[in-house]
Amino acid sequence: MMPPRFLVTHARQAGTVAVFVVLCLILSLLTPHFLTTSNLLNVAQQTVINAVIAVGLTYVILSAGIDLSVGSVLALAGVVLALALQAGWPVPLAIGACVLVGAACGTVNGLLVAFGRLPPFIATLGLMSVARGGALLVTDGRPVSGFDASFRWLATGEVLGIPVPVWCMLGVYAIAHFVLKRTKFGRYVVAIGGNEEASLLSGVPVAACKVGIYALGGGLAAAASVLLTARLNSAQPIAGLSYELDAIAATVIGGTSLMGGQGSVFGTLVGALIMGVLRNGLNLLGVSSYVQQVVIGAVIIAAVLLDSVFKGSKR
Amino acid sequence: MALPEPPLLAMHGIAKRYPGVVALDAVDLEVRRGEVHILLGENGAGKSTLMKVLAGAVRRDAGDVRIDGRPVDLGDPRAAQRAGVSIIYQEFNLVPHLSVADNLYLGREPRGRWPGLIDRRAQARNAARQLEALGVALDPQARVADLGVAEQQMVEVAKALSIDAKILVMDEPTSALTEKEIERLFAVIRSLRARGVAVIYISHRMEELFQIGDRVTVMRDGRHVGTCLLADSTMDELIRMMVGRSLTEQFPKRTARIGEEALRVEGLNRRGVLHDISFSLRRGEIVGLAGLMGSGRTELARAIFGADRIDTGRIWLRGRAVTIGSPQQAIREGMGFLTEDRKRQGLVLCRDIEENTSLAHLGRFTRAGVLSPRRAAETAGRLAAELRVKTPGLGQRVVNLSGGNQQKVVLAKWLCREADVLIFDEPTRGIDVGAKAEIYQLIQRLAGEGRAILMISSELPEILGLSDRILVMHRGRLAGEFRGGEVTPEQLLHCALGAHPVA
Repeated sequence: MMPPRFLVTHARQAGTVAVFVVLCLILSLLTPHFLTTSNLLNVAQQTVINAVIAVGLTYVILSAGIDLSVGSVLALAGVVLALALQAGWPVPLAIGACVLVGAACGTVNGLLVAFGRLPPFIATLGLMSVARGGALLVTDGRPVSGFDASFRWLATGEVLGIPVPVWCMLGVYAIAHFVLKRTKFGRYVVAIGGNEEASLLSGVPVAACKVGIYALGGGLAAAASVLLTARLNSAQPIAGLSYELDAIAATVIGGTSLMGGQGSVFGTLVGALIMGVLRNGLNLLGVSSYVQQVVIGAVIIAAVLLDSVFKGSKR
Repeated sequence: MALPEPPLLAMHGIAKRYPGVVALDAVDLEVRRGEVHILLGENGAGKSTLMKVLAGAVRRDAGDVRIDGRPVDLGDPRAAQRAGVSIIYQEFNLVPHLSVADNLYLGREPRGRWPGLIDRRAQARNAARQLEALGVALDPQARVADLGVAEQQMVEVAKALSIDAKILVMDEPTSALTEKEIERLFAVIRSLRARGVAVIYISHRMEELFQIGDRVTVMRDGRHVGTCLLADSTMDELIRMMVGRSLTEQFPKRTARIGEEALRVEGLNRRGVLHDISFSLRRGEIVGLAGLMGSGRTELARAIFGADRIDTGRIWLRGRAVTIGSPQQAIREGMGFLTEDRKRQGLVLCRDIEENTSLAHLGRFTRAGVLSPRRAAETAGRLAAELRVKTPGLGQRVVNLSGGNQQKVVLAKWLCREADVLIFDEPTRGIDVGAKAEIYQLIQRLAGEGRAILMISSELPEILGLSDRILVMHRGRLAGEFRGGEVTPEQLLHCALGAHPVA
């Protein structure tokens, strides 16, 4: 019997979902605490930050780029947000400033990549340090905390029984999916990643798109910082250390090719959920955080290994 | 007479299936010691797959392979190499920054005094001997990146021989060579034949085959059609075997309805590349751009299209002076550019037909910023049908299409954009005979619809058969202009070589 067409064209995504489901099944057998509403909401909450950053990285990686600066940009944007709130700015305005700072950092990345012709790895590695330094400078290395209750709602509020951050994440994913599938920009991202020169010769505004892609990456890192700051009720200049690696991992587990041109936003969401569920489940099982690191690393390797085995079998 | 010797290579009943496609359907191929065996067939006929099976790059589903009468396991490329099979692909497998000698012995370096060290002197000596045996004057210490295409190819040949290849497969070896280089290559092939090496030779250039081949095996649709002596066959017969029909009328006559000026270029200069180039192109006209490799034809196309900067010169489109600073601008002005290298510059290989078709004109399917994949698919579907793209569906990634079908997808992209000044750069490179005829018809039809066409080609029959007017380039200058139908191939070649035009 032939599998349904949808499964053939979305084989990789179906695989990711299958892994996720199996993982959940195993965990619910191993511990009764896993499959409870409160725990699942907890997982979702913990996944939110990584998931939102990973959307931006998915765009960047789809375009055959990489962004190592998102963790630092998150920290910088977070302290800007916190300082603005402390200075008495209205919440929407403070959030706007925060996202703007993130997008500006991303724009710098994009300009360096598109016009300075720096390899994305180098450009964003540089900015990773610059943004971190900036965050430490403006705060003098100290956390900024104490915000209005209306801001805290972003972390603690619920709508229809689902926490606000989860709604935010779902909103970001819905929009990101739509943009990728249904706008020129989305098509261009994939085309540039698939073949930059052919795209250029087809009239795709490659440089402008790249700036947009990295700006989006920075903006989403800043958006994640809003949720993180609200949850912790404080902004740390050392927040977001190695978050870029988690986001890259979620993207890769989700099936986006590091070579660019192939992948999906949906896959990244499942990838982020897999990481979240894994961490949560290992915690519930009382596995030490040291061992957790080993497990997560192995999962990342396994995901990519499966991909290459799958591709190899097609030869 | 002695008993017939068993063939050096015998492949029997080779089958390979991919999802939805039968690539090889019980194919037989027998090659004798010391023969040049031509493998002929349209793209998608299964030649490459068959050769990949032989090279151990593709696993066969069924069939057996014998070399010297013994069954061989071709599980992976190394096993094939051990069995004496060596393949020279169109894209060379050389490390550009290493020397010729380093490349020849890559992975098999002669061991020096200590493990891990290389006996460089022995390596150089062996390399020199290999090259000399081939009759190639190449410095073993030269960096591969500094060599020309023909020389790099010789390095590939030498490498293949240095691992004692009994069977040497050459895939389109002449596609990037000049006439003279081709002759040198043929001399080398003949000396290999004399040494008892079996050469399997894949090419689309029919004239060549008769010069170099002993026997020919024709494939079609993954099947073996026939094997015969080249001396006993004619080009027409072979073409009929390949396509299942005769192609006597490759270039149907058409009555060109030439309209007003579409493109005019005056005094175009790009330092060191293009010198003082002026010409015009009219609606409904096909202008052929001939010249040797490196004469600046592609560079001219890129300059007009805004892909390379020009130093001086002016361009008019439909009588209006325009400044074209980027491909984006050129496209907005109604130009389309079918590049020489489809895979690198024309297509996003990992994406599907619809996405590639709509890439240059997404705005057409966008309303209020939202793309309608349905409408894009409709248009792509209509164009694919119109251009007769052979595919199971629009969702097919273009990497899985044959060369001819890929070229049609590139063309569909520009038709989707409704470009009416089209530049074709080697439109039939690496495309089989049947698809070539289709591309020719398409080009003529496009001109018939009033589009202006500039066609760069290295194939003289193509230039002579299609062009209303022919421009010849030599070292970055326009060296001559001829009317189609009033010029002989000899005259064109003369002009391209820089001698005075005879016209």
